[in-house]
Amino acid sequence: MELYGFRRENGRVGVRNHVIILPVDDISNAACEAVASHIKGTMALPHSYGRLQYGEDLDLHFRTMIGTGSNANVAAVVVIGIEENWTGKVADGIAETGKPVAAFSIEGHGDLETVRRASWKAREFVQWASELRREPVALEDLTVSIKCGESDTTTGLASCPTVGVAVDRLVEAGATVFFGETSELTGGEHLVAERMATPELKEEFQRVYDDYVGLIETQSEDLFGSQPTQGNIAGGLSTIEEKALGNIEKTGTKPVIGVLKPAEAPQNGPGLYFMDSSSAAAEHVTLMGAGGAVLHMFPTGQGNVVGNPIVPVIKVSGNPNTVRTMGEHIDVDVGGLLGREITLPEAGDLMMEYLGRTANGRLTSAEALGHREFSMTKLYRSA
Amino acid sequence: MHKFLIHKGGDHVGVATSDIGVGEKVVGVYMDDDSTVEVESLGDVPLGHKIAVEGREAGDDVTEYGARIGRATEGFRRGAYVHTHNLESARW
Repeated sequence: MELYGFRRENGRVGVRNHVIILPVDDISNAACEAVASHIKGTMALPHSYGRLQYGEDLDLHFRTMIGTGSNANVAAVVVIGIEENWTGKVADGIAETGKPVAAFSIEGHGDLETVRRASWKAREFVQWASELRREPVALEDLTVSIKCGESDTTTGLASCPTVGVAVDRLVEAGATVFFGETSELTGGEHLVAERMATPELKEEFQRVYDDYVGLIETQSEDLFGSQPTQGNIAGGLSTIEEKALGNIEKTGTKPVIGVLKPAEAPQNGPGLYFMDSSSAAAEHVTLMGAGGAVLHMFPTGQGNVVGNPIVPVIKVSGNPNTVRTMGEHIDVDVGGLLGREITLPEAGDLMMEYLGRTANGRLTSAEALGHREFSMTKLYRSA
Repeated sequence: MHKFLIHKGGDHVGVATSDIGVGEKVVGVYMDDDSTVEVESLGDVPLGHKIAVEGREAGDDVTEYGARIGRATEGFRRGAYVHTHNLESARW
């Protein structure tokens, strides 16, 4: 399939052309939403954090903010924060991509004056962005993330293996793919460890995995009902190990060439990366988008409805009950795999075709339904 | 027509691809080599839930995808419905 995308100032390729109004902190959401309401075609990304964070948690906050603004699906960014210093830091980080960015801080001006000035800039950005044109691009230009949700046993039989085929094809074509869900690898983490490209990466992966699961174990002895979720259990999954083994099916078969921190951009060139991340859907897609993913493939069994403001999330399901009862959320139906009416390579063809159409501009179900979950990951309590 | 699928030869359980009723004789297909097996179901197994192709004793490992998915908390026979009432995580 011919692919057409937006090539940004730094050479990165996006499949959407958003102008975003990005709050640095929770108390700047109102101003951002006011600007987005005045200036049509822009979008605010409200979230819950950004005050009194420190250490690694603050680093992650900035990485997520700057990464989201830098994402190639974003044409230009208006950054609004309460204080000048942190607002400027986020805007400067995004400006390294070469894309248009403007920063506004509220202190000393108030919401109304800030909204007035930011709206003028947002109007300029959105009119400029509306004249940008798609150009021919290739699969190797794409960064794609994967994560499944409301999994059941059909995800392990159908939708995850389908995405696994697509991941292998993308990596073979020179694309970059991220997977994560650190704690949700439990029971199959040895299989992922064995696919690390070097002994150093294997050691790094094991350290990251042990850290994450160690934290979980200090907080709770029994995750049953949370991981696996109630929905997982209703769908037939009995244990975290069973869930993990189905989950891992979607990572394909290629070696893993990097272990990324949450929201970190890849440094080792094209290929398959593991990103340390929560398995909660909205947090996960937000982190992957901040790392640079411009498309997301999302296998679901019982029917997760998640979307993201800047990354199109493509839902794939092999559960005929879910496709029937929640059809408006499902983009790719691979239920034919359960009855063996289609083969796995044929399901992979369907996935790749839909990925291409989505890259070329077709709205996903989550986009059409207005799902814009932007969820920052918080590592610990604020000061 | 099969009513359940088994990921790998040696797995103790398969996954129902249609609802299976108690007493029903059902065919399962091994996804790794396309061979088939017939099992008489000892319970109602809804789509997506597991049926035993091999019996296990309490405390035994239970295998799917060629890997351990947990431990049997009570013994079950071939054809049994396998879920949280007789299988638990060996990890948490």
